[in-house]
Formats: sequence, structure tokens, C-alpha cells
Amino acid sequence: MAEALRPYRALLGSRLRAQMAYRRSFAMDAIGSIAVGMFEFAEIYVIFAKVEFLGGLDFAAAALLFALANLGFSLADMVVGHADQLPTYLRAGTLDAFLLRPLPVLTQLITSDIALRRVGRAGMAVVVLAIALPLNDIAWSPAKVGLLVTAISAGVSIFAALFVCAAAVQFWLIEGSEFTNAFTYGGSYASQYPASIFVLPVRVLFTFVIPAAFVGYLPTLVLLDLPGPPGLPSWLGWCGPLMAVVTWGVALIGWRAGIRHYTGAGS
Amino acid sequence: MSHATSFIALFCAHVAMGFRRWSTYRLATAAGAFTNSVFGLIKAYITIGAIGAAGGSLAGYDAATGATYAWLVQALIAPVNIFGWQELALRIRSGDVAVDLARPVDPQLAYLAADLGRAAYSFIPRGAPPLLVGAAVTGLTLPTSPLPYVLGAISVWLAVMLSFACQWLVNLAAFWLLDLRGVRTLYMAVSSVLSGMMVPVHWFPGWLSTVAAWTPGPSLIQAPIDVVTARADGVDALAIMGTQAVWLVAMLAVGQLVFLAGTRKLVVQGG
Repeated sequence: MAEALRPYRALLGSRLRAQMAYRRSFAMDAIGSIAVGMFEFAEIYVIFAKVEFLGGLDFAAAALLFALANLGFSLADMVVGHADQLPTYLRAGTLDAFLLRPLPVLTQLITSDIALRRVGRAGMAVVVLAIALPLNDIAWSPAKVGLLVTAISAGVSIFAALFVCAAAVQFWLIEGSEFTNAFTYGGSYASQYPASIFVLPVRVLFTFVIPAAFVGYLPTLVLLDLPGPPGLPSWLGWCGPLMAVVTWGVALIGWRAGIRHYTGAGS
Repeated sequence: MSHATSFIALFCAHVAMGFRRWSTYRLATAAGAFTNSVFGLIKAYITIGAIGAAGGSLAGYDAATGATYAWLVQALIAPVNIFGWQELALRIRSGDVAVDLARPVDPQLAYLAADLGRAAYSFIPRGAPPLLVGAAVTGLTLPTSPLPYVLGAISVWLAVMLSFACQWLVNLAAFWLLDLRGVRTLYMAVSSVLSGMMVPVHWFPGWLSTVAAWTPGPSLIQAPIDVVTARADGVDALAIMGTQAVWLVAMLAVGQLVFLAGTRKLVVQGG
């Protein structure tokens, strides 16, 4: 096992060293990344400066939801986010280099970079989580502690799978790569708000098609013992890991089809 | 041909080139319009939800005008180019900017003209789809008289040019920094909030609206929407456009000075 992982360790290690080589650039990147998280939270803050509840959640609950969603997305973005560079590789023909190496292309693509700078945004989400958790009146039980941990890892996993789905579609789109942003970044945006504010078709879209609600909203309902809106019973909050498995299944099937569809330019 | 007419001809040629260049990427345009529309869907319901939670009216927006605001934001993102560009920064880094300096046109003016061409192209194919989706999904509340649209069109052009002028400055940081990603991310994060792209500036709590008022942010998105929806009309609309114009002139002037300072520092390897 350790032997099988050695090439990936070498790949990732080289990426990490490269990013830390230019310290000032890295510091500015990290500051930019923190700012992205801060200003996303500012949107929630501005709304709650004017209203007491949004979609049945108060500010503390909305902050908890935001933290879960943002942590899930930013960690996935850090590890797999560069998958949306695939069109560049396709156009430039650099994907062919991946195909020549004796390692699976997808794991090579994922380990071809790790955007350490995005740790800033994840850090911001952790801070919000640490403040929001005690502010909420949560009847803690071992099950809920377990839920919190699995919700975060399921969130990372769901967004990572969405990035892979998006990358798979690029084999056909290439020039229209922004189509998939609607589902990756759009899913992230939708996941930061209570799904109860959406009309039913949009709620279903961002729960069962793009499983965004499983990242933040549904686990928040379970943690706070709140009932869900029509179409989303709160027990769904326990199903994050299941959704992660399903999304990864779709992602891997799509990726396989994409790789088979790909024809190199022979350069 | 007099200097003035040849200048105008040159400017128009750059606008046309910008238009032609961007109109090449049809599928990318469609993809962008689709993504803007999906984000519009999310944004419209967040806005409607917040207004509903506030009892049906929030800072002068009801559900219909709030949703209209969200859709208009999505329609303006591409023309105003809120996510920015880095072409100049890359040319500074590679040294290609030397070619721009050798041309008998002011670089800022040439880039501005090309950007106006880009905006002119993106206006309908990137602006119309979110508005059509909005009209179908939540409905739009737009003025019925022609005047707000005329003023709104001017206000949008001012916003396009102001956004260019701000991005010009961001790009110029490349004279002093090798890697601009952090600066660009920071600018995008700050401007997306202060412009009113996330939520209307009118919703800001007191201290934040004071901060916003001292930046060109609200002139980028909030201003043209206020004018085109006739939330501000008559003298108010003119005052908003005056503010946009002042910011535009100031930012372009600062851009000229910083560019000059940058070129003094620039050393391009010959060959």
C-alpha cells in the first residue's frame, strides 16, 4: 500500500515545495483566500442585519450552516479544485503525458496540484464553525458528534465528486467549460443557504440532482432538532455519506466515459 | 484627415476588434449565460427569502423588485466584467507590454476601446438569458417609460468603463509583483460585496454602507440597476451618474500615473 502511494507522495510533495518557494506570493494568495471566505460570510451577515430568520434559521444556525458548507467546499477545492483546469490540458495536449504514465489518470490529475493557498478559506470556515457551534443550542449526544464529523467529510467528498463530474464533462465541452461552474460553484453557493427558501423544483434540484443541501442545511437541521421543509424530511441529514457515495459513483462512471471518448492530437 | 477624426477612427477600430475577438467564442458565451442564469435562480430566491423574512419589504424592495435586482445583477456581471481580466498583467510579466508601448496609441485608451467592444458584444448574449429566465421564473418589475432605459444604458457604459479603470490598476500591480493571483482574488472578493453584486448596497448596515460610499464599488452594479429600474429617477439618477463619472475620471487618471511610474521601472530584455 505504502509502496503504491509513493509516486503520489512525490508528486504532492513537489507541488507543496513549489508553492512555498515564493513566500510573499503564497502569503498574498492565502490572504486573498481568507478574504473570499470573509466576504461570502459578509453576505449572510448583511442579510441578518436586516432580518431575524431566513428560511426558518436564525443567525447562529445560518452561520453554522455556512461554516459546514464552506468548510466542505473549500477543502474539496483545495484538493480537487484544479480539476477544472482540465480544458487547458486538453487544449494544450498535456493530458497525453498523464496517459503515458503507469498510474490512473484521475489520481494523477488530482495529485498534479494541491492548492495550499485555499487553506485560508478553509481556516475562515473553521473559525466560523468554532464560533457558531457554542452559539447554537445543541442537545449534544454521541450520535450528533458523529453526525458533525461525517457531515464535514461527506461535504468534502460530495464537492470533490462534483469537481470530478465537471471535469468528466469537459471531455465533450472543452470550449464551454463554464457550463459546469453552474453546478460546482453554483452548488457551493446554494449549499450555504437554507434550502427551505427555494421553491420546490429548485430545492429538489439542489438536493437530489446537485446534492448541495446534504452538505450544510440537512445536517444543521439534525443538529438543531428542526423539522425540514416540504420534500426534505430532516432525517435526510443522516444520509450525507450515502449521497457522497452515489455522487462519486456517477463521477467515476462519467470520468471513465470521458477518458474513453478522448482522442489525443498525437502531438 | 484631422487629428480628431483620425483619433476617433482609431478608437472605433479598437472597439470593433474587441467586439470581433470576443464574438468568436460562441459556446463559451452560451456557457457563461447558462451559469449566470443558474446563479440568478439561487440569488433571486435568497433575495425573495430575505425580503419575506423582513415582512415583505426590505429597504424599499418587495419580493418582485428584489428578484428583479438579482436577475439584473446576473445580466450585468459579464458586460461590467466584475470577475476581471489579467491580459495586461500577463503582458507585463512576459515583457510583451514593450510592444504596447511602441505603438503610437495610448495603451490605456487602446485597452479601454477593446474592452468597450467586448462589453458591446457580451451585452445581449450574456445579459438577455438571465433576464428571460428571470421573467419566466419569478417575473421582472421593470419601468414602462423609455427614459430609465436611456439613462440606464449610459449608466451601464459608465460602469463598464469604471470597472475597466479599476481592473487596469489591479493589472498594473504586475509591474511590482510577479504573481498577481492574490491581489486579483482580494479585489474580486471586496468588489463583489461593495458593488452590490451579492446583496443590494441599500441593505448594508450603516458602517458598511459608509465604507462602500467611499469606494467606486456601488458605481459598478448598484448604480446602473438603480437607474434602469427607476429606483432613482430625475435628479437622483443624474447624481448617481455624476458620481460614476467622477470615479471614472479619477480612476483613469490614477491609472495613467501608475502606468507611467510602472514603465519607468520596467526593464525588458532585448533580443
